[in-house]
Amino acid sequence: MAAIEFERVTYRYPERSQPALCEVTLRVEQGELCLLAGRSGQGKSTLIRAACGLVPHFHGGAFAGSVSVVGLDTREHPPARLGARVGVLQGDCETQLVMSSVRAELALALECRGAGPTAVARAVEEVALALGIDQLLERSTHELSGGEQQRVALAAALVGRPRVVLLDEPTSQLDPVAGDELIGLLRRLNQEWDTTILLSEHRLERCLSAADRVIALDGGAIVHDGSPGSFLRFAAEREPTLQTPGAKLFALAGLAPPPVGVKQARARLRREGLLLDASDIGEKPGAAVGDRRWEGVEGGVPDRRSAGAEDGVPGRRSGASATSARRLRRGGGSFGGGVGPPLALRGLWSEIPRGPAILRGVDLVVEPGETIALMGRNGAGKSTLLRHAAGLQAPTRGSVTRGGRVALLLQNPGDYFLHERVRDELSPGALERAGLAELAERNPRDLSGGERQRLALAIVCDGGEEPVVVALDEPTRGMDREAKAQLAQELRARAEQGQAAIVATHDPEFAATCARRAILLADGRAIADGPTADLLAGGWYFATETARILGGAGGALLPQEGAELLCAEARAHARQEAHA
Amino acid sequence: MAIGATLLYRRLASPLHATRASVAAGWVCALIAATLLSESPLALGALALGVLGAGAGAGLWRELRRTLRTVLIVAIPIVLVNVLVYHEGLTVFARLGDLGPFGQGDLTLEALVYGAVIALKVGLLMLITTLASLAIDPDEMLAALRRRSFRSALTASLATRMIGVLAADSQRLAAAQRTRPGGGATGARAHVRLLSAIVGSSLDRSMDVAATLELRGFAGGGRRGGGRAPRRPFSRHDRAFALSAASVLALALLGRLAAAAPFDAYPLLEMPVSGATLALCLVLPAAVALPLLDRRGVEP
Repeated sequence: MAAIEFERVTYRYPERSQPALCEVTLRVEQGELCLLAGRSGQGKSTLIRAACGLVPHFHGGAFAGSVSVVGLDTREHPPARLGARVGVLQGDCETQLVMSSVRAELALALECRGAGPTAVARAVEEVALALGIDQLLERSTHELSGGEQQRVALAAALVGRPRVVLLDEPTSQLDPVAGDELIGLLRRLNQEWDTTILLSEHRLERCLSAADRVIALDGGAIVHDGSPGSFLRFAAEREPTLQTPGAKLFALAGLAPPPVGVKQARARLRREGLLLDASDIGEKPGAAVGDRRWEGVEGGVPDRRSAGAEDGVPGRRSGASATSARRLRRGGGSFGGGVGPPLALRGLWSEIPRGPAILRGVDLVVEPGETIALMGRNGAGKSTLLRHAAGLQAPTRGSVTRGGRVALLLQNPGDYFLHERVRDELSPGALERAGLAELAERNPRDLSGGERQRLALAIVCDGGEEPVVVALDEPTRGMDREAKAQLAQELRARAEQGQAAIVATHDPEFAATCARRAILLADGRAIADGPTADLLAGGWYFATETARILGGAGGALLPQEGAELLCAEARAHARQEAHA
Repeated sequence: MAIGATLLYRRLASPLHATRASVAAGWVCALIAATLLSESPLALGALALGVLGAGAGAGLWRELRRTLRTVLIVAIPIVLVNVLVYHEGLTVFARLGDLGPFGQGDLTLEALVYGAVIALKVGLLMLITTLASLAIDPDEMLAALRRRSFRSALTASLATRMIGVLAADSQRLAAAQRTRPGGGATGARAHVRLLSAIVGSSLDRSMDVAATLELRGFAGGGRRGGGRAPRRPFSRHDRAFALSAASVLALALLGRLAAAAPFDAYPLLEMPVSGATLALCLVLPAAVALPLLDRRGVEP
């Protein structure tokens, strides 16, 4: 008996003309860990909803074909009955916590199914221990951090020991450490409990090596179903936006087949004699990758090595942005009119009355045209720092000096939409500039994730005074690679005009693509501040896949940079062999 | 989360939070009964002191102070209405002449004081309910009710949780509007738009929660299987608060029956103070606040 079986399933949501799933036929065996891949809006979430019975029982719409989960036909068994065999974790974990305390949350599913008090107490205790959240049992759910909420929601899905677990972008709100922990946990569940796992994820590099199989969706139809290796070959040929950075690195360096994970990639490089010396890690800033420019590759890669490196003062830079900075200081720029930096935080403290300090004496000077990636674990103080920068919160100690308007884009772009049509949200000029004119008549809530983010960014930047700094809080949450590349492109375009940006992000790949300077926050303190390459090369968690494959050598963060290094290394090898 | 946080239960290291929900609820009921039974402003004042002391002992002084501000807002109209509408009492301190439908506008000291006593009672009830909502675990309370009516209790739990969630959503939306250039649009239409966005977000949120409940098996109805939960032993705090509740109730009842704190507002103010009155006013706040002094074993 298959764990999940789809038989020619076609589904259309109510009031939609296009089907969300098209003739999907799929069989997932018990104990398999399957990864669902695809761009946003291609049917991944709908497939998960169909597997747990929410489609069609909860969402309605037109449903054809059949879905059976652990032998139960979802047309005959509602989600409540399927819930005993299927655990579900959706992306926004806050909406999945319905009780006030963690213990009550974990007990709810079993109580709903009529389990006795002894069975409930044992199951709650066991699942809490298994997921390492036993210390949270007496806490209120509204006090939990994003990572803790995600773990509690997963525990609530697992408390009934389901045979199948469905997860829809479970790491989208998690920092790299919590994200890796969650994937490790899923792998353990799969290997030790023989749990079938169907996981939808945008950051494929995180979980591809853990998967037995990858199913790719496009336009609601399955376009690939096979091993991770075959998926990478498919992505290289048919859907480059689904390629992992490691696969892209190998493709650019002329190596084949694409590696499924860091371990496989390093093994291959070792065999080829291309594994670079670890002693290169983080040394000689500016000597390797930073000296090069990458033309024609998704708008180029920022010159990260030069950020803040020349005189040891964060924020001092050279190059094109420094020119625009000088221009602005002379008063010739289009942003701000002051002589000081666009934004300066000095000894900034943010303390909750009778609570902890969220920020502890943060110093930060932002120069015109500078793009800064703000990284750190959930609860490190990134969002609070941005709110202070934009004046949404007043510091309890220290000062915030702004050289003009600081536009802040909060985490949920939907919070900015007040109207039924895009064109009512902002001025026609701003709509044109944001490249959203063709969406003018659409409802903002019907836009894709990337379009919503662009619209929200245009809304906060629209108005009389052009912002000198744009602060973005987790802008890539739930975005596919294509939308991320567009956002990075937009930030680069703004930087070229002298507008600075601070981006709080958990996504090292995005940070590497758009920022030249990175700051690592921990417990409210800026514990590292320097060029992005110094921060993201050589780390375990706060590192791109390319940097992990190359061991941080040469400060290469992105596939293009890594490929250049590998090609140089290969040429050096060839020369040595020729001499020999 | 500020709004949500002020309204919601949060486990703090205090004897009241360490007490089982049923005992804490009984203690709160005793305080409410004592408030309703007491007429004398002295006894009510003593009770108020006890409640404020208990709030401070439970780590909720800030929240109670915020409630006190609301109490003031509520108290002033109560006193004003009583003094304007009620014309009993012999001590006239202002004559406003003919007030049309309200008759002669003779304002009396007795009506003023009686209005203040009513306001004190209302304020005291507000303080006690604030204390209850912040210090009694609703899930534990509703778990007991779930044995009787699973769905009703679950719906009540959900409503409790949703207050905080929706408050946080509203704050998020308002913050997003503040980040618009110029702090966002102002005026009645802008407020209506914001309100409709908040309502829309609440509906989205409700749909998400409904989907989650569906997946957790809410439709199953929660028929309880076999087995019994082991009886939880009474802690020192359970005993202390149970004793406090019994003492407060007994004192209020005895005080009422023995007329230990007599008070009459009309026709003339009468509030004789005897040894029994003073004793009641000393013992009552002590009975309320004493259990908060034992700080052993209060850590969550």
